[in-house]
Amino acid sequence: MPLLPDLRPDFPLLARTVRNGKPLVYLDSGATAQKPHAVLNAEADFYQFHNGAVQRGAHLLAEEATDMYESARAQVAEFVGAEPDEIVWTENATHAINLVANGMANASVGIGGTESARFRVGPGDEIVVTQTEHHANLIPWQMLAAKTGATLRWIDVDDDGRMILDNLESVVTERCKVLAFTHASNVTGIVSRVDVLVARAKAVGALTVLDACQSVPHLPVDAKALDVDFLVMSAHKMLGPTGIGALYGRKELLDTLPPSQFGGSTVKVVTMDTTTWLDSPHRFEAGTQPIAQAIGMGAAVKYLSDLGMEAVEAHEQELATRLRQGVADLPGVRLLGPVTADAEAGDMLAIAAFVVDGVHTHDVGQVLDDRGIAVRVGHHCNQPLHRHFGIAGSTRASAHVYTQPEDIDALIAALADVRTFFGVAA
Amino acid sequence: MSALEQMYQQVIMDHAREAHGRGLVDLGLPHTGESHQVNTTCGDEVRLRVVLDDDTIKSISWEGSGCSISQASISMLTELIEGEDLEMADETIDAFKALMHAKGQGLDEQREDMLGDATAFVGVGKYPARIKCALLGWMALKDAIIQAQKGAPA
Repeated sequence: MPLLPDLRPDFPLLARTVRNGKPLVYLDSGATAQKPHAVLNAEADFYQFHNGAVQRGAHLLAEEATDMYESARAQVAEFVGAEPDEIVWTENATHAINLVANGMANASVGIGGTESARFRVGPGDEIVVTQTEHHANLIPWQMLAAKTGATLRWIDVDDDGRMILDNLESVVTERCKVLAFTHASNVTGIVSRVDVLVARAKAVGALTVLDACQSVPHLPVDAKALDVDFLVMSAHKMLGPTGIGALYGRKELLDTLPPSQFGGSTVKVVTMDTTTWLDSPHRFEAGTQPIAQAIGMGAAVKYLSDLGMEAVEAHEQELATRLRQGVADLPGVRLLGPVTADAEAGDMLAIAAFVVDGVHTHDVGQVLDDRGIAVRVGHHCNQPLHRHFGIAGSTRASAHVYTQPEDIDALIAALADVRTFFGVAA
Repeated sequence: MSALEQMYQQVIMDHAREAHGRGLVDLGLPHTGESHQVNTTCGDEVRLRVVLDDDTIKSISWEGSGCSISQASISMLTELIEGEDLEMADETIDAFKALMHAKGQGLDEQREDMLGDATAFVGVGKYPARIKCALLGWMALKDAIIQAQKGAPA
């Protein structure tokens, strides 16, 4: 499969050196991606020439700011196959998941009235997640269960970290009100069988919430084609700024989900003891929004769209194989998850989490850092999956559009020396 | 010596491989205190037990898992502090904390003498993310001494 051209000149940070002048090998894009000039310039341009409050004010700057802000929303919507009013700005993906879970908690105590009744959960109802979720797509659902008396259940994973779907009908039952799951694992890189999971949720009338943080930056994602009810993403993993993310929701759901953050710009009519809400997305966007960041996110999806997500996917598939096979072939190194995807499962992300026998993940990361190679160490906000693998943490390398094969090769070469450095190689 | 070699000095590697004091010891004495500390960034943990005999630290024992820096640091503090009096323990704990915040520069001769082999951790001070690893056991020691002084039974 063809690689993208070398995009590193577009990313100014990648030109810097680290640790005694060594060139940077950045393999921590799963944690946060570096930013292209196009994103940095979009934010600077907004502040330098157009800064004004959005959706209020009667002056030219306010008009320009509102136009840029809403255009960014339309760009993000188009990127995931949605309509602009189906995209809610959030602080990040974590906030987006909490927005849905807290909205459901509010519906469960009667907020929103009968219009919001479909979001109610209570004793006897079930909330279903999976054993491979990032903490951000687990804890909000634990808390929703705790607040409402509903039961939290989960889909287990096998020794390779794949969701076990054979017994899906016994885990996702008629009692299931919401099924929340990741589109792609931030540890194993396995892309989930969204088709199978959505079909089961629909069969029992459960809502679906897809954590697309790790997929949207790397694969073509179409929310309508996936047929999920909600989908969350985080700009900073998709070459955009921090402080901004987005929630996609089907319009009729967003218009009836009660808000959980309250304030200005969200309301129709306020009296001393009652409030009625605007339609989505504005009912969820209380207070002054991160305008420059939203515009930066718009620039990021434009950059990715200009590359073409099919081309991005092809590039990363090439890197995924090189990375995962390279790590798996090293003696004394255990790759978490399968080397390549099963035929029916499709892609794997260009992520490799691994354990070096006899060497703690922090020590592995330190030796790599000394060579200028940046990776993630620890549990990657996914303790249950690491516990399932029988370990406390792992070292994780993850790629992006600017990653080149030589970056992967530098990692593999350095890893080959780690066990020697710590005196555990045979 | 590269920064990496300065961090992973031979004496640290040796302690990491063969740690002292591993395995909790129960002496059945009244002034026994225990502390459980976790490094939230990586999940490393230590449970460290101290037994006091008047003002003397009669026994230090521990169990836990972690990186070579954390394990070597706990091993070395066990060697350094066991058998010392409380005043000396406090001064040594303070000296080690000062070493961690010295940005790799080292301390005055008196405090380096007090720390002995533990001065080998000087290189860790250049890496803010690793200071917590080196301090994990020392935080447990400080807390366990407080618990032991309360006279909590074993």
